[in-house]
Amino acid sequence: MANGETKNFWVTLMAIDRRVIFLAVAIAVSLPLFLNISQTIYVSPEVTDLYDSLEKLQSGSKVLISFDYDPPSAPELQPMAVTVIEYCFRNDLKMILMGLWPQGPQQANQALETVVGEPPGASFEFNGKTYVYGEDWVNLGFQEGREFIIQRMGSSIAAAFPRDYAGTPVKELPLMRGVSNFNNIDYVFNLSAGTPGTVEWVQLAGDRFHATIGAANTAVQAPMIYPYYRAGQLTGILGGMKGAAEFEAVVGVVGKGTKFMLSQSFAHAIVILFIVVGNIAFFASGRKRRF
Amino acid sequence: MRRQVPLIITFVVGSVLIIAAFIPHYPFGRLGENFSLYFDIIAVFAFILGGGNLIRIHGGKFTRGIKLSIAAAKKTGGFWPLTFLIEFPFLAFGGLEDKRGRDWFFSFITLAGFVAMLYVGLFKIGNPDGWGGNVTHPLSTFQQFYIYMFNPLQATMYALLAFFVASASYRAFRAKSPEATILLATAFIILLGRTPAGAYATGWMPESLSFLHVPNLANWIMAVPNLAGQRAILIGIALGVIAMSLRVILGVERTYLGSDRE
Repeated sequence: MANGETKNFWVTLMAIDRRVIFLAVAIAVSLPLFLNISQTIYVSPEVTDLYDSLEKLQSGSKVLISFDYDPPSAPELQPMAVTVIEYCFRNDLKMILMGLWPQGPQQANQALETVVGEPPGASFEFNGKTYVYGEDWVNLGFQEGREFIIQRMGSSIAAAFPRDYAGTPVKELPLMRGVSNFNNIDYVFNLSAGTPGTVEWVQLAGDRFHATIGAANTAVQAPMIYPYYRAGQLTGILGGMKGAAEFEAVVGVVGKGTKFMLSQSFAHAIVILFIVVGNIAFFASGRKRRF
Repeated sequence: MRRQVPLIITFVVGSVLIIAAFIPHYPFGRLGENFSLYFDIIAVFAFILGGGNLIRIHGGKFTRGIKLSIAAAKKTGGFWPLTFLIEFPFLAFGGLEDKRGRDWFFSFITLAGFVAMLYVGLFKIGNPDGWGGNVTHPLSTFQQFYIYMFNPLQATMYALLAFFVASASYRAFRAKSPEATILLATAFIILLGRTPAGAYATGWMPESLSFLHVPNLANWIMAVPNLAGQRAILIGIALGVIAMSLRVILGVERTYLGSDRE
């Protein structure tokens, strides 16, 4: 092959059609869903810290779970929601579910349905125990007001959420009778895909009302949350699909986080491969570097 | 007066909210809570404004597109409704010469989706418990729409990002300069470290070199350089927000009031 032809080959490779990349990514993401390959999940310190903070809760403790996301972020956050709900049921922790995003409470019900195996009614059986709505868990629903809702919850949860998701006055729910503000909540678990989300929970519920908070975030958002974790304002972080898989590993659940991790591994491998090919083509084509 | 009254309201509300944050006792604590309640009331109206705006923009686009499509069909000659039907796919999806009328069918779909969700939600269509039931009852039409249409559509939109990110990475991550090389190396470690593949790739290393394990390197990048950068950004944003808030509260910054004309 002549020198000019070789150079043309590398130049062509550098400008590879994006549809080829799209096809490769599509195969890399979908193929692993049909494979059954076991993987060892390495658990990072921030996930271990979050798990340890949950382990410190005693049976009967009240955990407030805020679903601050919508369906686009569900592939990453829903497995975390499912795992934390299962963890709460297993350890007899009482759950107060809510959302600062309109679709949050529906995501909460879907996560409950995944754990229980049927739409959660007034009561259901799980692991041989009967769970009753209003005593073991409540869904407060969505309330417009963004971070101001957290601020109002600091003085009165009943004022921020006068009625639950189904329209029942909150004061009539047995679980909520002894809960007036964050002083009566043992742990806040925030699932967040943006604003309002973890930052607002830390600044208001954590800093102002001294609530203990753990956060689950999308992979895009997680790097922005690290300063709060390192400063001790968060007990731990679950970041993206990997965080979901790690959390499932420590809790002892095999869910969608672990299953989708294989797709993520393949997709990342394809991206790395393309980056390597792109750089080889870049150097081989004789393009000038600015060193 | 049109400018003075909003300025006074802003000054009073802003000052009370700042004082309430530092002195959360009567009367400031109560006032702060009441002001935040007013925010909720105003925010609810934003939903109505949002819906109205969606109808205005897409309604206009749809009617303009229909008019231009009919005009284009008439221009062809013959029996224009038949021409319109035959050329429908071309006219509906970006085939119009006049750019102002292009993609009108997408606006129609947006409006149809909006109206359908509003209708089944407001009138609780198909709800087993009737009017008094919860709008999100698992068997209600609204919930069925949410699970089987809204959920997959939104997830699909977001998932498309993966393809564009892969394509953009291929073109952007080139070792053209020292800075680009550092960025490339960091991306490499994070991409590997975010999957079990990273642990497999360097798992053979002895314990004394554990700091070179890809997951440990990825954690270090997130916990040290990323943390430093994020802190700098956060502090910068916080200072900017304080300065801007003071300007708004003191009436120096008035652009939120709109035009300067009285």
